[in-house]
Amino acid sequence: MTTQTSTEYEKYYVPEKSRLAICATIGLVLSIYGAASIMNDMTFGDPSQPSNAWTIFLLGLFFFVATLFGWFRTAIKENIAGMNSAQLKKSYVLGMFWFIFSEVMFFFAFFGTLFYVRVLVGPWLAGEGEAGRMNHLLWEGFQFSWPPATTPQEAVGIASQPIANNGSFTSQETSMAFGEVSHWYHWLPLWNTIILLSSSVTVHIAHMGILDGNKKKFNLWLAITVLLGIIFLYVQAVEYHEAYVQFGLTLNSGIYGSTFFMLTGFHGFHVAMGMTMLLIQLLRSLKGGHFTADDHFGFEASSWYWHFVDVVWVFLFLFVYIL
Amino acid sequence: MGDHHHGPAKGLSRWLFTTNHKDIGTMYLWFSFAMFILGGFFAMVIRAELFQPGMQLVEPAFFNQMTTLHGLVMVFGAIMPSFVGLANWLIPMMIGAPDMALPRMNNWSFWILPPTFLLLASTLFMEGGAPAFGWTFYAPLSTTYAPPSVTFFIFSVHVLGLSSIMGSINIIATVMNMRAPGMTYMKMPLFVWTWLITAFLLVAVMPVLAGAVTMMLMDIHFGTSFFSAAGGGDPVLFQHVFWFFGHPEVYIIILPAFGVVSQIIPAFSRKPLFGYDSMVYATASIAFLSFIVWAHHMYTVGMPVAGELFFMYATMLIAVPTGVKVFNWVTTMWRGALTFETPMLFCIGFLVLFTIGGFTGLMLSIAPSDFQYHDSYFVVAHFHYVMVAGAVFSMSAAVYYWLPKWCGKMYNEAMGKTHFWISFIGFNLTFFPQHFVGLAGMPRRIPDYALQFADFNMMSSIGAFIYGASQILFLYNVIATIVAGKPVSDDKVWEGAEGLEWTVPTPAPYHTFETPPRIDPDHVHS
Repeated sequence: MTTQTSTEYEKYYVPEKSRLAICATIGLVLSIYGAASIMNDMTFGDPSQPSNAWTIFLLGLFFFVATLFGWFRTAIKENIAGMNSAQLKKSYVLGMFWFIFSEVMFFFAFFGTLFYVRVLVGPWLAGEGEAGRMNHLLWEGFQFSWPPATTPQEAVGIASQPIANNGSFTSQETSMAFGEVSHWYHWLPLWNTIILLSSSVTVHIAHMGILDGNKKKFNLWLAITVLLGIIFLYVQAVEYHEAYVQFGLTLNSGIYGSTFFMLTGFHGFHVAMGMTMLLIQLLRSLKGGHFTADDHFGFEASSWYWHFVDVVWVFLFLFVYIL
Repeated sequence: MGDHHHGPAKGLSRWLFTTNHKDIGTMYLWFSFAMFILGGFFAMVIRAELFQPGMQLVEPAFFNQMTTLHGLVMVFGAIMPSFVGLANWLIPMMIGAPDMALPRMNNWSFWILPPTFLLLASTLFMEGGAPAFGWTFYAPLSTTYAPPSVTFFIFSVHVLGLSSIMGSINIIATVMNMRAPGMTYMKMPLFVWTWLITAFLLVAVMPVLAGAVTMMLMDIHFGTSFFSAAGGGDPVLFQHVFWFFGHPEVYIIILPAFGVVSQIIPAFSRKPLFGYDSMVYATASIAFLSFIVWAHHMYTVGMPVAGELFFMYATMLIAVPTGVKVFNWVTTMWRGALTFETPMLFCIGFLVLFTIGGFTGLMLSIAPSDFQYHDSYFVVAHFHYVMVAGAVFSMSAAVYYWLPKWCGKMYNEAMGKTHFWISFIGFNLTFFPQHFVGLAGMPRRIPDYALQFADFNMMSSIGAFIYGASQILFLYNVIATIVAGKPVSDDKVWEGAEGLEWTVPTPAPYHTFETPPRIDPDHVHS
């Protein structure tokens, strides 16, 4: 790996100095300051007081995104200029791999939460087991089922927003979970599963295309993948609308709504990220003429990310919707 | 290749725009020292309040803010960044790499820290005060009953996590990809090994912490019920998620310290490290076990007995690889040609005091006993023996050991030794009595206490002021060395030092190993 050749940049390329990190810092810090202020205005704030939180947030976000854009542009330019040795390329591969691993652990926290509240906390709140012994006194009459018919506080008669979900409704039309087999085609998560699994195949076909040097095949199948990603997000938006408007299932409706929207919402956000990444690769290919059979890491990394969101969805489908 | 031989840029832009691992390492080290002073100042407020029973100086609410910020600043601002700074300076030099694998990202990992800690510290001046729920920020204290500044705290934690993840990915990529030819994994210095494993831990658990604070954020602002039993969630869920991060976190803090000690003890024993392979395996075992012991922080929350037993036995198991390490360090010194320069003194201090902290840890691991010790000053004494005498002592040792290589000048040995002895005495005076008041029932995080604890608390406070003052001496010694220390010309600096970092000129040039060195294939490492 480290043997020297006559090429000028076969040495490990260490950029001399760069403003990127400072600009990214300014953007990031402004946007988190803004975001925190927006939320505090919302929850604790005085509506009569004017606030510039949104301005700070949007300004910071714009600056941050613009810097990242510039950052990737710089990295791409360096690669095209032949400055990246094989060893440096391997650093990028390792970087992407461990970034995806960190994302896996992020989802692990939420899947762990789902497991814990469903398998352990729910029965305990209903008074089962040694850990739940006292809960008869606290939440008298609370019966546990998943999805729950009521929250513990509703069970003891403290009003909260209705927890309308398939616990209290019996037909699959008002349920996030899979209902009657005869109505399977109404069930949006099934369609989204088909869409996302297919998109993993299409992105793989695109990959085979670029490996053959077939740019046409690559562009076509990559475009189809991006389109499938957009359709997925659209269907998810329809599903959320249905949950909020028809079923009254919201973030406020107890632990079922909390876990449902947290898991599917963060997944949806990651689909949006992955779709954007793939879209940028498509534009690079179409407008910039980037990527060759043996140099297409930008695409490859994005496709790994895409396979990752696909795998997460399989687990979501299993644990959130089916079981 | 001309541009690679440039020295550092002039002025502020050198530091703002740098991609050099040595510059970034230096910034991490100075930043962490600044945070050490800030966190230490908070500790002084705590000890001043506890100097005598009764309410002395501060309001109870402010006292809570002090304990919270002291913990957060020390863990996330002082100890962790200090070891990242060491990693930046040393890993490329130890494995024969020209720099870190991803130099621009390296700079970003550092630069997001200072503004984030500024934001965190600014919560002190916000309406409702700074976070006051302890560094472990248990729900519902940190959700339902939190001051509005909690939102800024949450986003700060997100960004700190981002910094740690990027820093760790950089270290993993550097170690896996940038080793000089012949530098096989089992030839790497132990400091590199411990950091590689630490980096894995960080990438694995920092996202889980992000998940925990995100759920807090949702509960506070968006009406979810993750940590509210009324909605079907559970406040104990927070503790599970937090400690799934938190327990590996304490090994994230201590493993690089193990690495430092494993470099320094052989150098001043003039003997190779005893049991190198077993050190590597012990480190890996500790890292693995750290993922399955988290609930030993929560014995008193009402877990089923089967859970208590599992976590108790798993926790006790950690004593085995840790014992291997302590045994190896002692055996390295056995029949060595020992000398006791300041770095060695700090390492021996580490060895003795960390072992005491380990033993109290073993006491705490026993679930039925922990019902007595839980949330008492015994716990405070335990983790300060591990965090301060463990991590901070080894960090002091590291600075004395490598400072001559970094700046080409030798520190004042007499002053260094004085720093050690004052630290050692001050530290023990502070924390040893806390075992006794803890066992007798004094709870942690309370600004007042019963009269029978008065004498020990006064000793503790005097010890803390002594320990705090000794750090000023340390700062003075380091600055005096950099400004006017006696120049060192020997590449090796220390007679018994081994490793690639001692083969480059002193002071280390701005760029090292632009061409990878050859590693002797027969080289058995030290």
